[in-house]
Amino acid sequence: MTIAAPSDPLIAGAPERRRPAPGNGRAPGSTRIGYVFVSLYALLAVAFGVVPSLYAVLLAFTNGDGGFAGLGNFTKVVGDFRFWPAVLHVAVYLVIWLVMLVVLVVGLALLVHAIRLRWASTALRFVYYLPGALAGASSVLLWLFVLDPTASPVSGLLRAFGFDSFVAVIQPGHLPAIFAIIAFWTGAGGWIVIMYGALNNISTEVIEAAQVDGAGRVQIALRIQLPLLRKWIAYMGVMSLAAGTQLFVEPQLLSQASNAVVPNDYSLNQLAYQYAFQQNDFNGAAAISLILLVVALLLSWVFVTRGGLFERE
Amino acid sequence: MSSPSVEHRLANLRGWSGRSVAGVVLTLCVFFFAVPVVWLLLAVTKSAKALTVSNPFSIGSWHDLVANWHQLFAFSDGAVTTWIGNSAVYALGALVITLIVGIPAGYALALTEFKLRRALLVLTLVVMLIPNTALVLPIFLELNSVGLIGSPLSVILPMSFFPFGVYLTYIYFSTSIPRDLLAAARIDGCTEFQVFTRVALPLAAPIVALVAFFSFVQNWNNFFLPFVMLPSSDGYPIQVGLTSLLAATPAFNPSSAGSDSIQLPTLALATIVSILPVLIVFLFSQRFLVSGMTAGGTKE
Repeated sequence: MTIAAPSDPLIAGAPERRRPAPGNGRAPGSTRIGYVFVSLYALLAVAFGVVPSLYAVLLAFTNGDGGFAGLGNFTKVVGDFRFWPAVLHVAVYLVIWLVMLVVLVVGLALLVHAIRLRWASTALRFVYYLPGALAGASSVLLWLFVLDPTASPVSGLLRAFGFDSFVAVIQPGHLPAIFAIIAFWTGAGGWIVIMYGALNNISTEVIEAAQVDGAGRVQIALRIQLPLLRKWIAYMGVMSLAAGTQLFVEPQLLSQASNAVVPNDYSLNQLAYQYAFQQNDFNGAAAISLILLVVALLLSWVFVTRGGLFERE
Repeated sequence: MSSPSVEHRLANLRGWSGRSVAGVVLTLCVFFFAVPVVWLLLAVTKSAKALTVSNPFSIGSWHDLVANWHQLFAFSDGAVTTWIGNSAVYALGALVITLIVGIPAGYALALTEFKLRRALLVLTLVVMLIPNTALVLPIFLELNSVGLIGSPLSVILPMSFFPFGVYLTYIYFSTSIPRDLLAAARIDGCTEFQVFTRVALPLAAPIVALVAFFSFVQNWNNFFLPFVMLPSSDGYPIQVGLTSLLAATPAFNPSSAGSDSIQLPTLALATIVSILPVLIVFLFSQRFLVSGMTAGGTKE
């Protein structure tokens, strides 16, 4: 590293000082500008990534008076009669959603990619992608209509299945599937587009070689495209799994719309919210948040170390 | 993974039957994704009675649309207008900070050398993979201890931290900018700061737009963070305001029948209004999005 400060205008005109180092191509002496450029971002990362995590740890291991509580908060929340049902709710939802997501997204991406007509393939991707504009509360609100037989566009379908009222549709046993359908409806299109892009990146030579060897469409899909998509499927799976553990807005709105047929402590995040804002127990809330955070971190760690998607250093 | 007999059977699907099965699947999915949207667009043109009585896919009248519009914007003395304004302030405020903070950071991570570079990169990747909502309660607890709860900053600042945007910028600068170009600018006498503003930044216009798009959509749609941070209805963004409208809809909340109650078509209109800005941005950037969304990772 040279000592010359690159941001110093007095020596900015001295070209021989800033000949780039061969190899990595980074400018010599760009250390200072590097620090300047990342400083604000680092500040935000500390304020809204590192500090809240550490603060949650602190709160989770202390009691209301600030004294050390050991594992007290954790045994309290885990022993709460609402905790394990919430875990079960989220787990069942995740299983249904992930299976649906992986099977349908990969299947649809392969099918859309196999279409020869350019406009048809583009139009399909657009239609699948469009619901992505309705996220969060808006999409849940729309699905409240769809699931209410009095107003639903598919009321005939709902009645055919024997659901005559909104309350009949949102029975607790149906909720994991309902949340999975809502999440799939909003999220699948984006992933289909990503998978489609990944399929486009598979070199045509490989596909042609397989065709010359007599492979059919299905064989190409199973033996070439699917293995090459594996990394992306893993990426989708882990991102969705981590996001799904945080289920909040869907049960929250459904609880509100159903006069508490759906309990307001259905998911873990809702339970944490109840602890913080109904019981004024921030330590208990922190303990649940920490459990959720650790799950999310573990998943991302597994992904970063095993997935290989970020191996570019 | 697949036995020969399975493959044989699958291979038989190749012909006419395979194609029609594929067609049926694709069409069913079109209905699944499109029907709710189409229905929503039609629902807002109907009266409350027509919505439940008439064919779900019939078109209502202009008159009913206007009536629904008036009911929506008259709710709680025009609360909807306030909420939309709040959404705009939060989403755009966070967007501006995200760009000012994130683009130089991605550039520095990709093209400069400093001691904590690797640590910051790993931190970015890890935080990027943590779901948005996982940190909401911890951030609430943190901001609560410094007395920021209820202030617009309690929403704008956490939303401004957008590691995914930094990561996209980092990928772009480390793969798509010819380093010789930057070196040439240095030899021509540019300072490091000028190299960034005059050479790198203009070349990075597409990625700046992409980061802005993702940031805006994510901020506009964010529910949990403002829901937790903003206790007063005056400060709600529209996404949280929707819960107030929902609570005032007798169809979903029978106890709310009163002077300020909301009918179903009006609630449907609120849903459309709440996503209109995002929808517009979506429609205008569809083409460049499809190429952009995959650009982040598919270049090996």
